[in-house]
Amino acid sequence: MKKKRKIGSKIYIALVMLFLYLPIAVLILYSFNNGKTSVWKGFTLKWYYELFNNSAIMTSLYNTVIVAVIASIVSTALGTLAAVGIYNMKKPVRTVVTNVSNVPIINPEIVTGVSFMLLFTFLGNIFNFEMGFWTVLIAHISFCTPYVVLNVMPKLRQMDYSIYEAALDLGCNQRQAFMKTVVPEIMPGVISGLLMSFTYSLDDFVITYFTRGARFQTLPIQIYTMLRRRISPTINALSTLLFVVTITILIIVNVREYRAEKARYAKL
Amino acid sequence: MKSKAPAIPYLIWMLFFTVVPLVMVVYYAFTDKSGSFTLNSFVDSLFYTDVFIRSLWIALVSTVICLVIAYPLSYIMSRSNGRTRTAITMMIMLPMWMNFILRIYAWVLLLQNDGLVDTALKIFGLDIPLMGNAGSVILGMVYNYLPFMVLPLHSVMLKIDGSLIEAAKDLGAGKFNVFRKVVFPLSIPGIISGFTVVFVPTASTFLVAQYLGGTGDKMIGDVIENIFQRDKNVGSAISLALMVIILVLVIVMNKFGDEEAAVA
Repeated sequence: MKKKRKIGSKIYIALVMLFLYLPIAVLILYSFNNGKTSVWKGFTLKWYYELFNNSAIMTSLYNTVIVAVIASIVSTALGTLAAVGIYNMKKPVRTVVTNVSNVPIINPEIVTGVSFMLLFTFLGNIFNFEMGFWTVLIAHISFCTPYVVLNVMPKLRQMDYSIYEAALDLGCNQRQAFMKTVVPEIMPGVISGLLMSFTYSLDDFVITYFTRGARFQTLPIQIYTMLRRRISPTINALSTLLFVVTITILIIVNVREYRAEKARYAKL
Repeated sequence: MKSKAPAIPYLIWMLFFTVVPLVMVVYYAFTDKSGSFTLNSFVDSLFYTDVFIRSLWIALVSTVICLVIAYPLSYIMSRSNGRTRTAITMMIMLPMWMNFILRIYAWVLLLQNDGLVDTALKIFGLDIPLMGNAGSVILGMVYNYLPFMVLPLHSVMLKIDGSLIEAAKDLGAGKFNVFRKVVFPLSIPGIISGFTVVFVPTASTFLVAQYLGGTGDKMIGDVIENIFQRDKNVGSAISLALMVIILVLVIVMNKFGDEEAAVA
C-alpha cells in the first residue's frame, strides 16, 4: 500500500518536471540545429559562433552586468542603512515608511515602469536629457532597495540588543560597537539582499523596457527586439549558455553551503 | 545605533522615485492634454472594460490551475526527507532563473506549427491550432508562475506537525478525513499567499499574450503598453485602475491570511 503511493508520488513529480523542463530542452536542442525552421537538419555550432560575433548582443550583455553590479551595490548600501534607521523609528511612522517602501514590490511591475516613464519624460523635457543608462540605473536601484530592507529588517529584530550595549560598556565607541556587534549579526541579511538585487536587476525586462529610452539595450531587451524581428536560433544558443551558466553558479553556491554546513557539524 | 538618521537617504530616494512617480500617474489620469482637470480619461478607458475582465479571468483560471498542480506536489515534498526535498525545490526554482521572455519563447518553439507537439499530434491525425488562443496564454502563465505557488504552499505544509496527522489517524480518521480536518485547514495561509503571488503578476503581465495568444487575447498589460505610445492620460487612468484593484485585492488577501494564521 505504502509502496504504491510512493510510486504514484514519483510519477507525479516526474510529470511536473517534464512540464518544467521539456520547453527548455527543446530550446537547447534547437540551438544545435543546422536549419532555421523547426525541422531538424543536423548538428551545428554555427549559432554559437554567430552569437559571439554579434556585437549588439555583447554590448547589451555588458550593459546588463554593469547596471546590475552598480544597482545591487547602491541598493544594498541604501537599504541596509535604511533598515537600521527604520528599526529605530516609533510605531506609526515606521509602519508608514515600511508600507511606502513595499510599494514597488506590491505594485504591478508595469505600473511601476509606466510611472517612471512619466517622471523621466517630464524631467527630460525640463532639463533636456533623454532616457538611457542613468534612468535605467535609477529605476533598478528603486525596485531593488525594498528587497534589501526586507532582508535586513528581520535580522535586526532577531538581534539581541544587549550585545551592542555590552560592547559599549566594554569601552567601544558607538561606531566600533556597531561595526563589531550589529554588522556581523545582520550580514546574512545584507548578503541575501545583495544577491536578490543583483539577480532581479539582471533579469528585469518590464521596468527597463519603460525607462531605457531609444538606444540603451540590456540583454532581456535585446532578446525581445530579436524575437520581434524574426526567430533566429542565435537566441537559442544564447539561452542555452545563460542556462548553463546559471546552473553552474547555483551548483557551486549549493555545494559550498553544503560543505560549510558539514564542517560546522564536524566542529560540534 | 539609536539614530534614525541612516534612513534619511532612502527616505529622500523614496520621495523622488516612489511617491512622485505615482503622484504623476494620478495627475495624468485626472487631467487632459492641456493639463486641466477632467474625468474623460476614465470614461475613455471604459472602452477596455472587457480586456480588463478577460485579464482578471485568465489570471484567475491560471492561478487555480497552478494551485491544483502545486498542491499535491507541495504535499509530497513536505513529506519527503531533507535531501530529496532540497533537490526538488532546486529543480522547481531553476527555470525561474531563466528570463521570462526566454521561457515564453521556449513554449512558442514547442507549440509552433511543425514544432514538436504539432508534429507528434499530426502523426495521430490531429491537426489543431496549439497557439493563438486563450488556452495557450493560460498555459504560458501556469508555466511562468507555478514555482511561485509551490514555495508558500510547501513552506506552510512543512510546518504541519506530523504528530497531528498521526493523532488523527489513531483517533480513527481515514485518509480523506485526515486531509479534510488536519492538512487542508492548516495549509490555508499558504493557499492564500500563493494565490496572491501568482494572481497579481498574471493579471498585470504583458507580452505573454502577445507571443502565445491570438489577436483577441490581448491582456490589460499589453493595452497599457500600447496606449502609452499614443495617449498618456488614458494610459495613466487604466494603470491607476489596475493599481487600485490589485492593492485592494492584496489588502483583502492579507487580512484573510492573517486571520487564518491566527485561528491556526
